[in-house]
Amino acid sequence: MNYSHFILPFSIGAIILFVIIIVKFTKWFRLLDRKQKYFIKRNIFTTKTISATIEAFREALIHRNIYKKNPLLGYMHMSLAFGWFLLIVVGKIEASVYSGTFFEEPWLAIFFKYFAREPHNFWGAKFFTFTMDFLLLIILSGLALAIIKRFRSKILGLKKATKHIIYDKIALSALWLIFPLRLLAESSTAALVQNGGFLTGGLGSLFPQQFAQAIELPLWWAYSISLFVFFVSLPFSRYMHIPTEVALIFLRKWGATEGEQYSGLTNFEINSCSRCGICIDACQLNFSANINNVQSVYFIRDTRYNKISDLVANNCLLCGRCTEACPVGLELTQIRQQLRTKTEVPGKHYYDYCKVEPTKNKTDVIYFAGCMTHLTPSIILAMKNIFSAANEKVWFMDEEKGICCGRPRRQQGFVQQSKDLVSKNTKLISSSGAKLLVSSCPICCKSFKEEYALDIEIMHHSEYIKMLIDEKRIKLNKSELNIVFHDPCELGRGLNIYKQPRQVLSKVGKLVNTEFDEKDSLCCGGSLANTIIELDSQLKIRDDVLQILAKDNPDVLATACPLCKKTFTRNYKGKVMDIAEIVSNFLSLQNNSKKEGKKEEEKILISQ
Amino acid sequence: MKNWGFKIAKPRIIDLDTANTKAFEELCEKVPSAKRCIMCGACTATCSAANHTSFNFRKCNIMFRRGQFEGLAEELDKCMLCGKCKLVCPRAVNTRAFIYNMRIFLNDLNYKNIK
Amino acid sequence: MKNKSVIVIGAGVAGIEAASNIADQGYSVTLIEKKDVLGGNLTNYAKLFPNFADADEVKNNLINNLSTKKVEILKNNDITKLFFENDKWHAVNSQNQTYSADVALLTTGFTVFDAKRKEELGYGIYDNVITSLEFESMYKTGKITTKQGNIPKRIAFLNCVGSRDEKVGNHYCSRVCCINAVKQATEFKTLYPESEAYCFYMDIRMAGQFYEELYRKSQEENNVIYIRGRISEAAATIDNRIQIKTEDTLTGLPLKMTVDLLVLMVGMEASEATSNLSKQNEINGEYGFAKSLGLHGNDNKTTKKGLFLAGSCKRPLNIPEAIADARAAALQITQYLNNLQ
Repeated sequence: MNYSHFILPFSIGAIILFVIIIVKFTKWFRLLDRKQKYFIKRNIFTTKTISATIEAFREALIHRNIYKKNPLLGYMHMSLAFGWFLLIVVGKIEASVYSGTFFEEPWLAIFFKYFAREPHNFWGAKFFTFTMDFLLLIILSGLALAIIKRFRSKILGLKKATKHIIYDKIALSALWLIFPLRLLAESSTAALVQNGGFLTGGLGSLFPQQFAQAIELPLWWAYSISLFVFFVSLPFSRYMHIPTEVALIFLRKWGATEGEQYSGLTNFEINSCSRCGICIDACQLNFSANINNVQSVYFIRDTRYNKISDLVANNCLLCGRCTEACPVGLELTQIRQQLRTKTEVPGKHYYDYCKVEPTKNKTDVIYFAGCMTHLTPSIILAMKNIFSAANEKVWFMDEEKGICCGRPRRQQGFVQQSKDLVSKNTKLISSSGAKLLVSSCPICCKSFKEEYALDIEIMHHSEYIKMLIDEKRIKLNKSELNIVFHDPCELGRGLNIYKQPRQVLSKVGKLVNTEFDEKDSLCCGGSLANTIIELDSQLKIRDDVLQILAKDNPDVLATACPLCKKTFTRNYKGKVMDIAEIVSNFLSLQNNSKKEGKKEEEKILISQ
Repeated sequence: MKNWGFKIAKPRIIDLDTANTKAFEELCEKVPSAKRCIMCGACTATCSAANHTSFNFRKCNIMFRRGQFEGLAEELDKCMLCGKCKLVCPRAVNTRAFIYNMRIFLNDLNYKNIK
Repeated sequence: MKNKSVIVIGAGVAGIEAASNIADQGYSVTLIEKKDVLGGNLTNYAKLFPNFADADEVKNNLINNLSTKKVEILKNNDITKLFFENDKWHAVNSQNQTYSADVALLTTGFTVFDAKRKEELGYGIYDNVITSLEFESMYKTGKITTKQGNIPKRIAFLNCVGSRDEKVGNHYCSRVCCINAVKQATEFKTLYPESEAYCFYMDIRMAGQFYEELYRKSQEENNVIYIRGRISEAAATIDNRIQIKTEDTLTGLPLKMTVDLLVLMVGMEASEATSNLSKQNEINGEYGFAKSLGLHGNDNKTTKKGLFLAGSCKRPLNIPEAIADARAAALQITQYLNNLQ
């Protein structure tokens, strides 16, 4: 039997690792909520499992997503993950071929060169020796990049590397040691028995015989111990992401999504974070306001170790840029919202003071401006103008005593209070019998679409205007204006509405692209979701964004959110306008028999 | 009880010798801008909740400052957190954070998942 | 000795007064004005607080005094660059003409806050929301009306629009709007005693001689009503009136009312020339205003030799202060030139 005492640390470590992972996964699996379990049951025996396998291969081993975002970083991850994976697979085959049975000692492949103590002459030996050395070289090159990244993250295109905790440091040191130790151990054996390839053999030929003899066994011990340390610290360090990410890919493919409450899936997600730090670079709090200890990577980490504080959970604009950037595709904004959930008094109704009477306004269309829009009255005027131009009969639902849509409460973790508001508004909306609800505020809009169970269509006003144009109910005059469009977070990343406002704006002027458009768009800094930062930080964010947006001196800076508009107007010398205002200014009234000649002033150009 | 057209209010005086004014100091560590309030009332004027009920954020704020916590938590629950007040405040007080932290202080409102 | 020269940039109150006083000492003075009239912001006013002095009279006195002196006056001359080279100050206008002198005096003053930046107050959106400057020019015509031509039954003045407002980046108090609101409310009530006038304030700051007296008189005789609360929203009604929302902070209740005319008491901001020219010469202080060497005693000098400041390019000043400051600057400049051999 191929046995030496030094295989013990490795074997024990591997057993501990597998036990811990199985225990953890079982626990999280049981914590999945009913909906998630239902989907998993429904989809587990379908082709979804096959496509999950393919994706797991692509993401967990090849790291396609990181590769797409940053090729060098992608190579680093791929060389380590895929390289090590192949090293195990090829090593296993090599050991099986060598021993002539598939059921050789499980550790044989790991310490193969030590036990196969003669020049290799078995079938395919040359190929195996070369491949194993080649793979080791690939891994070592990835390791070199990893070391560079730790000390000089800028070379790999990362502005800030994640600050790590002690478990990570232990696991990281062990990981860094594994492959150089393996190289040295194999080289020393190769020096003694000539079984090395171009790398191990080459290095081994440099070792004097006596020296190789002296260091061979200690090196194999060190290699085994470093494996042990890595295996044992893995479940407690960020490297837990390696097994968890695979499980997460399967769970997602089967249809499990994050709900409003913390669940088993949240556990899978927070353990799938590799702490790569890409979210730090994406975060405006970092690059504009110089706050760099609250980003999703730290938030997820603190959550995982049960150390999350109010300060970290709430210091976030919920703009969703990190979610967009995350190579693992974690639902970071949603998780942050889950963690903000408070224990409220069950069954308590907080908003009974809002007396909701069924409305007498029976129209097909409801207009809900939103709280914020009342502070930008020009948007409301513009919308009224557009409605009348399109001959649309509208009930202005929150003209006088509007009730908040409930999303701000939810974002702060008061789910029950939010639901109370939702039920108030639902009652009002359903009493009108309308078929369409138009809102000027993307925040309300997202709330109506996702948190309300309304059976009517819901549109943001940019979608609605687009529809009016398509149906030829309004016509716009084209002009020479250069327009930059700023995507509001909740409209773009939140509701995936990127095209409609652009299509509308291109009808009245020329759209100018900026450095950060659509999915990459920046938050204006006016977000209400952050209850920690003070005005000065928000202004820093705003000023940075304005600088980028106004780079080409557009005639108009257009947006589609009252909050963005308000934030920008306060420090922008040029024109900031909501998409509705622009459309209202460029309404062509020729085709509209009712209004003809009546409102000449509407044709006035924006410049006035 | 028979309505006499008036009621005898219980003696209510702010006794700053005994009132808990430390609470406000603690809150200011989390929301430094809270100190800046000049009680102009812009927040209450624009308040979405005040449209429907007697909620008055400015008053809650000054009551909290003076350590008068009676009934304050219920009062603060009327707020919809919509954030209009934050936008109109001339002194840039982070009103939402102010309300949120007062609320957490008053009822020891725990996070569900955070220790 | 007396062939030394001075350029004065900006012919407002401070510019005119300083130019006259420096010319009096025999130096050759060039007074450069952006617009085609002299008087700067003073031309916008009808009457001056606290004694209702006629603004045109004050302005004409200053200009008449100036016309008796040997001052070269250049109008329609927008100075965009100011720099020191070869022992001289050079001012370059937008047509690239250069004027050079031994001393440059910056009297570029202020502009009023653009009330459109406070969209929630409805300026530029609703007809009957006007600024205090528009009130003045209307008052010059002898009557105050709404856009529809009616005499307002109710008028409201809102203080601190663009001053004491961190949201627009102006933390400072403009100092004159409070008394100006009192003045305008008094004028309005004198014209139309039957109408109502309301002043909405955060704090009333009556720090000036006879200010408090005027405030008291407006309460006693003119029945101007003062409400402590900042208006946070204004909306138009169907009949073009303005509905305002505020909190009556002293009763602790939200207050809603409809007025025929809402007057926004716009604050003072550094003028474009002030912020540009002071930035070019690294004497820019806070909020775009120019920074003097020292508030106490060196308020007209700057860190740059031969560059002086006067008037409200440093901070919001009222007219008597601007005149006094201009004379102080003139004295400082003559002393400087006398020593410049």
